[in-house]
Amino acid sequence: MIYLDNSATTKTHPDVISVMTDVMNNIYGNPSSLHGLGVKAERLVEQARRVIAKKLDCHPSEILFTSGGTEANNLAIKGVADQLQSRGRHLITTSVEHPSVFEVMKQLEEKGWKVTYLPVDSWGRVSPDAVEKALTDETVLVSIMHVNNEVGTIQPIHEIGQRLAKYPKILFHVDAVQSFAKIPLKPKQAGIDLLSVSAHKFHGPKGIGALYIRKNVEITPLLVGGGQERGFRSGTHHVPGIAGMAKAVVLTEQQTNFLARCQEWKESFLDHITSKLQPVLVNGDVTGEGTAPYIISLSFPGLKSEVLVHALEEEGVFVSSKSACSSKLETPSRVLKAMGRTDQEALSSIRISMGYDTTKEEIEQCAEALIRVVPKLQQVVKVR
Amino acid sequence: MAIYLDHAATTPLDPRVREVMLPYLTDFFGNPSSIHRFGREVRQAIDRARMQVADALQADPSRIVFTSGGTEADNLAIIGVAAWYKEQGKNHVITSQIEHHAVLDACKYLEREGFQVTYLPVDSQGMIRLADLQQAITPQTSLISIMYGNNEVGTIQPIQEIGEIARSKGVLFHTDAVQAFGMEEINVEQLPVDLMTVSAHKINGPKGVGALYFSKNVHLLPRVFGGAQEKRRRPGTENVPGIVGFGKAAEIAKAERTQHREHMWHLRKRFLDELTAQGVSFVVNGHPDLTLPHICNISFPGMETETLLINFDLEGIACSSSSACTSGTLTVSHVLKAMRLPEERTRSAVRFSFGKGNTELEMEQAAEKTAKIIRRLTTS
Ligand SMILES: Cc1ncc(COP(=O)(O)O)c(C=O)c1O
Ligand SMILES: Cc1ncc(COP(=O)(O)O)c(C=O)c1O
Repeated sequence: MIYLDNSATTKTHPDVISVMTDVMNNIYGNPSSLHGLGVKAERLVEQARRVIAKKLDCHPSEILFTSGGTEANNLAIKGVADQLQSRGRHLITTSVEHPSVFEVMKQLEEKGWKVTYLPVDSWGRVSPDAVEKALTDETVLVSIMHVNNEVGTIQPIHEIGQRLAKYPKILFHVDAVQSFAKIPLKPKQAGIDLLSVSAHKFHGPKGIGALYIRKNVEITPLLVGGGQERGFRSGTHHVPGIAGMAKAVVLTEQQTNFLARCQEWKESFLDHITSKLQPVLVNGDVTGEGTAPYIISLSFPGLKSEVLVHALEEEGVFVSSKSACSSKLETPSRVLKAMGRTDQEALSSIRISMGYDTTKEEIEQCAEALIRVVPKLQQVVKVR
Repeated sequence: MAIYLDHAATTPLDPRVREVMLPYLTDFFGNPSSIHRFGREVRQAIDRARMQVADALQADPSRIVFTSGGTEADNLAIIGVAAWYKEQGKNHVITSQIEHHAVLDACKYLEREGFQVTYLPVDSQGMIRLADLQQAITPQTSLISIMYGNNEVGTIQPIQEIGEIARSKGVLFHTDAVQAFGMEEINVEQLPVDLMTVSAHKINGPKGVGALYFSKNVHLLPRVFGGAQEKRRRPGTENVPGIVGFGKAAEIAKAERTQHREHMWHLRKRFLDELTAQGVSFVVNGHPDLTLPHICNISFPGMETETLLINFDLEGIACSSSSACTSGTLTVSHVLKAMRLPEERTRSAVRFSFGKGNTELEMEQAAEKTAKIIRRLTTS
């Protein structure tokens, strides 16, 4: 069984599971309780916060725990919009964001905010010039993802951050869910004010994520109640999840050549596929520079994504059509359409995504499986 | 070994719950939204858990939305309903002064957004008065949110009667049943309740997961936007092991409710009898009968809560001042304040809350240690 759907979710690392089971068995206190058992749990939470802060090169007080990437994105965008609405009601984002950003923007539009959805080029990149041109006196927030979840395109976050540095009142949020702990990005260096991460995308547990909020940035909380997380995020801490997330971050330190090996495997994979199969389109930057090496997006015009996914499943290879969150809908991917793909091309895309546990053999076997499956399917629907 | 008497703050994970969670941490790690087998397997597990939670509340599974906990469910219920019905010109919400902060702060949020909120007072036993509720309802009222059982003093509100009043006026009724779940017999289909909050970590389930029940006639505006999870009412990749664990915990809570409840009454009585036998002078806050048996709020007149808690901790007894969430700061609890108790009672109150693992022997030991602490503090 070859699991290549790591952008949807990853297998929790065994060491993460041991940490979590240990916490579940032994440290059951509520971190908000004052007694010894509570203090023990609280220490664990603070230790985890330091681990994540270190990874992002920021102060622990700048890290908030959330229930995942979706909540972190919602909190960042809604929280800033609400806080700064008296200053202006204009937001800038791109047309290729994850639904947890895109749908929030749509919701704010309904409530009267103006939102600019910047276009992307054929590789899925937004231009820093375009970001700067879109700024108005009303703009309070720019929200742009680091690595796209469907095609892996890396946005020029540093360049955008540099442009925005000239406008200190405009906040910059980055959805780093697909890149955190894989492609280095330090918020302070890149001029980022808010940054979202999610543990289950890097072999940590589901149901836990974090939001970096630069010191002195005020946001309106999304969840109110017990006043946990300095009032920014109420609710009893998910202690085993928090500890598990920190462990997953620590484990990523061992992954020194992840990007390099993915890049190498991806290149030979693409060489192999494109020499053996026709028609096939590689979505994203084909030169490799501008796309995360652990995500491969391909279109096989004429075929249907779902059919391909199921055919590969028969071969023991698990990939996905679009992103997991939207894969139930039979509409062409918004992201691929924004990149200029036709409906037919967009409806025939699959995503192959690698994790820390992916091996070279698995990628090779995936290529073989595609080479077996695609011509058969093409014959059925008479593509060639 | 410490004696853990803070089960209202959180409970240890039941080993049976942990067992069912483990496979979803290891082998079944897929994303439930994935269309391949890894996704389908966990999707089924979530459906099963939804049935278990629904069954424990005697609700239809389609009426259950999983959240990250009780706080989020309370927020979703109150802000979600108020925001939706605002479009129909309804801008008034009724709650009580003794709600959990997840409800109170959601109401304060609504006030900032221009809503009117009525905070009903309670009597000295922590009970709201139905006449106050009747009077508070206006044609603009969209929602009444009154908790089932209080987390600090245990008082159980007249849920049936509140719901009947709400129905007769065409107002929706939400109840925070986080503390009552697993203790009281709950049948949401029969109760005149439209929305109900529950949380897993209070019933020996995992932290980071809760649920909101809402009946078919309820509309609410989501608080979180994104993917299509939970029919868009609560998007975000599901906390699969948490949800699976919650399902099991709910199933166990339902199956063992009667005996658990009896056990809690027993421990409570034992603890109080033992305190009396030790000659400790104390008053129980709350209602003597209409109470959740596992929550026992006691004042030790003449003492100070903070000093008591430090001493309890030193003696290896984990208990608390008020709800865990607010106990980071030691101010007089808003619940005791609303009950208008004399200051010597509000200033010396300690909450003991019992749970599954507690034994009679622990009650004896805890009472003995309490007596010892009180003696020491009185003579010093
Ligand atoms: C880019 C991106 N942002 C946000 C999310 C949402 O994160 P979560 O699944 O933790 O809610 C995802 C994953 O689904 C993602 O890929
Ligand atoms: C009555 C009540 N409501 C809501 C909550 C909040 O639930 P959670 O801790 O799951 O966020 C609690 C517990 O802290 C509670 O006791």
